[in-house]
Amino acid sequence: MTDVAQTAPADTHGEHESTGIEIRKLGMWVFLSSEFLFFGALITNYLLFASRPGLARPYPAEIYDIPFTSVSSFVLLMSSLTMVLAHHAIERGDQAGTRTWLLATAMLGSLFIGGQVFEFTDFVLEYGMKLTTSPAASAFFVLTGFHGLHVLVGVLMLFSLYGMSRRMGGLSPKHHLNVELVGLYWHFVDIIWIVIFTVVYLISKAPV
Amino acid sequence: MTTTAARPTATTIFRRPKATTGFWSWITTVDHKRIGIMYGYTAFVFFIIGGIEALLIRIQLAQPNMEFITAAEYNALFTTHAVTMIFLFVMPVSAAFVNYLLPLMIGARDVAFPRMNALSYWIFLFGGIFIYSAILFSDVTAPAGIQGVPGNLDPSDQTFLGGIPSGGWFLYQPNAGPVFSPGRAIDFAVIGIQILGVASLIASVNFIVTIFNMRAKGMRLLRMPVMVWMTLVVQFLLLFSLPIIAIALFMVMFDRQFGTLFFDATAGGDPILWQHLFWLFGHPEVYVLILPAMGIVSEILPVFSKKPLFGYPAVVFAGAGIGFLGFGVWAHHMFASGITQVAQAAFGLATMTIAIPTGIKIFNWIGTMWGGKIRFTTPMLFAIGFVAMFVIGGLSGVTHAVVPSDWQQTDTYWIVAHFHYVLFGGAVFGIFAGLYYWFPKLTGRVMNEKLGKVHFWVMFIGFNLTFAPMHWLGLQGMVRRTWQYPEGLNLGPWNLASTIGAFVIALSVVIFMVNWARSRRHGEPSGLDPWDARTIEWTIPNPTPEYNFARPPVVRSLDDFWHRKYTTDEEGRAVRRPEADELIARLDEEGRNPTEPIHLPSPSYFPIIAAAGLPLIGYGIIFHTSTVGKLLIAFGAIVTIAALLGWGMEPLEEEHGELSLETAEAH
Repeated sequence: MTDVAQTAPADTHGEHESTGIEIRKLGMWVFLSSEFLFFGALITNYLLFASRPGLARPYPAEIYDIPFTSVSSFVLLMSSLTMVLAHHAIERGDQAGTRTWLLATAMLGSLFIGGQVFEFTDFVLEYGMKLTTSPAASAFFVLTGFHGLHVLVGVLMLFSLYGMSRRMGGLSPKHHLNVELVGLYWHFVDIIWIVIFTVVYLISKAPV
Repeated sequence: MTTTAARPTATTIFRRPKATTGFWSWITTVDHKRIGIMYGYTAFVFFIIGGIEALLIRIQLAQPNMEFITAAEYNALFTTHAVTMIFLFVMPVSAAFVNYLLPLMIGARDVAFPRMNALSYWIFLFGGIFIYSAILFSDVTAPAGIQGVPGNLDPSDQTFLGGIPSGGWFLYQPNAGPVFSPGRAIDFAVIGIQILGVASLIASVNFIVTIFNMRAKGMRLLRMPVMVWMTLVVQFLLLFSLPIIAIALFMVMFDRQFGTLFFDATAGGDPILWQHLFWLFGHPEVYVLILPAMGIVSEILPVFSKKPLFGYPAVVFAGAGIGFLGFGVWAHHMFASGITQVAQAAFGLATMTIAIPTGIKIFNWIGTMWGGKIRFTTPMLFAIGFVAMFVIGGLSGVTHAVVPSDWQQTDTYWIVAHFHYVLFGGAVFGIFAGLYYWFPKLTGRVMNEKLGKVHFWVMFIGFNLTFAPMHWLGLQGMVRRTWQYPEGLNLGPWNLASTIGAFVIALSVVIFMVNWARSRRHGEPSGLDPWDARTIEWTIPNPTPEYNFARPPVVRSLDDFWHRKYTTDEEGRAVRRPEADELIARLDEEGRNPTEPIHLPSPSYFPIIAAAGLPLIGYGIIFHTSTVGKLLIAFGAIVTIAALLGWGMEPLEEEHGELSLETAEAH
């Protein structure tokens, strides 16, 4: 009977974690590690074409509006701050504060997407750089477009957390982790943008 | 429930599914065992389809200048044969093993994310159907622009396979691009593989978290069965290679649908970029296909040799090493594509180094059998067959690492022989070994040994008759992917042998199916431990109870179950403990009678609904120029998003989702 005496008490699904990290949080980290390669491939692809001579003009790097993109980057960075504040508020059990900061984050994210829509429109209408102009333009639009899509998904998740909180009169302790998970995702999208802004907007040069 | 906090009243659109048997119980199940079974059967259906495609190919090649099928049909067949066998058979059947066995092997109640597990399966199923649905959307007038290109499409050429993708599974650009492959066929492959990739990505996150987080007490990483280790390596390979193929496929999709210029050389695009991205995924993918089979064999050889796996840590680290190296060798698929000499030398060397961890594994398997008390059961025969055939395939593989030799071999049947020796002689033999070995876990019965042995030998002979001659055909210079070969080159006899071999393989598969169907009902009852096994999935009754372990197990060593049954004498020989039989009887009894209520994740409608949105988006993209297409994209996106929202609101376990003691006993 020694064998049986040593068996652990029956536990419910998911309570037991060998690593001590909550399973959903670990899942998010694992997923994000894959996402890094997703954007890594996109950025590499852009860099391959960004300075390749002889492509149809304009090159993306010729028409970047750096001051404008700096402002929208700042907006996205600030949304990371509000995300942290939302997480902080839920940790304290401050439901109203959580909702405020979730909404603020979603708004800032939406503002960033709005900026991107403006930027794309500007490039197409003012400078005639379309998706089909050159491989460099294709790479630029696909890269930043996929990033924008990620922001959009984040905004949707933020709004649904906000909606859940309103509907249930606050997020239960079980949902605290959801705020943290959305936060992880949100910061990831932000970090990727920092890389894109630096590498794609500031460093890459069109061929002379 | 152990949580005392009041659960927020979750509002859901659907009432929680309740069925535990019948059709709806399978549609809504989140049980890893049932999902594994569904993966297995679905994959086997695709195996049959892919096999029939192979037979058609072989009939066409049986003799010089055959006219059994047209060139266009031949192109479609070799493409779908590859796509089917890789993405719709070997990968999902490995997923079937992992799904069913992983929680049992690490002592868990289920995988980390049971509903995501169901989502993976449904996405895989819909993705497979999506690819084959291409046949319904044939647009035979489209390829008119490339008439006269040898071996390529001619509208009048197309018959019943008109809409099926025909650019090869590798979809090389620009051949599979918008200019040379107009029409929709390629789009179905591109978007279909993308959908399948989503399924694999979700599964990889799920399995990695399961392995890291759901292990039973005492199941340290270096006590995990090799099968679990190989699964872990495979999931990391998928995790890091799938995003790359996702980007590559998106680029082709944009090129074909929205006029981007990534691979259009006339506009400054880069067709070679496709090859890099594809093989940066494609080579790790090769190990994704073979490593699970290596894991299976590493479980079976020790059991039937009555010895522990020789050099367990070496086998584990060799597997991880193969995984690492697998990301650094992709360009050996491109030696003939015009890459620099430095790159050729570097990738040639890197490819040779793969032989080292692989060799370590092979010697360890031989070391495991060496001096063991070998029982030649059917799973053991397949496992030994795996080792032998894989050595042949591995050796012919090393020849590709030698660049000048590879230039000669590129696009010949030598390559076809090589990868069938590793993927059929390797992966498929491993899969059959596993099916025979773990069949009792599904059914509580053992598969018929006599039929099993017949199956093995017929398949073994058929396999070698089919693929060994391809080595010689390749050395004679016979070219791949051409539908006819002329007379007078003396290629006919070996091709005929190969075709006969293919039908022998088909016969062996029929024998297997008969055996499976009969043994499910009439096989001998297996009891708890039919093979005198070593790992903890055999410490629970067969068939596996719904709740897996009545009590969470505690693991004290590698091969824990073995050490509970056996001890060693002074000379180090294994001696069965006198109380072993009593232990087995007690485990069987206890496994059927949980002492406490067990919480299981409740079934859910949302995974299948969320999955259904993806192919809708896929069809929408293919037909995006029409209003219907645009509506489909929107509708598919709404379906998926709505299902995920509903999912987010739905708790994993219903209040009453626990398995009551009475049900457990009845089971």
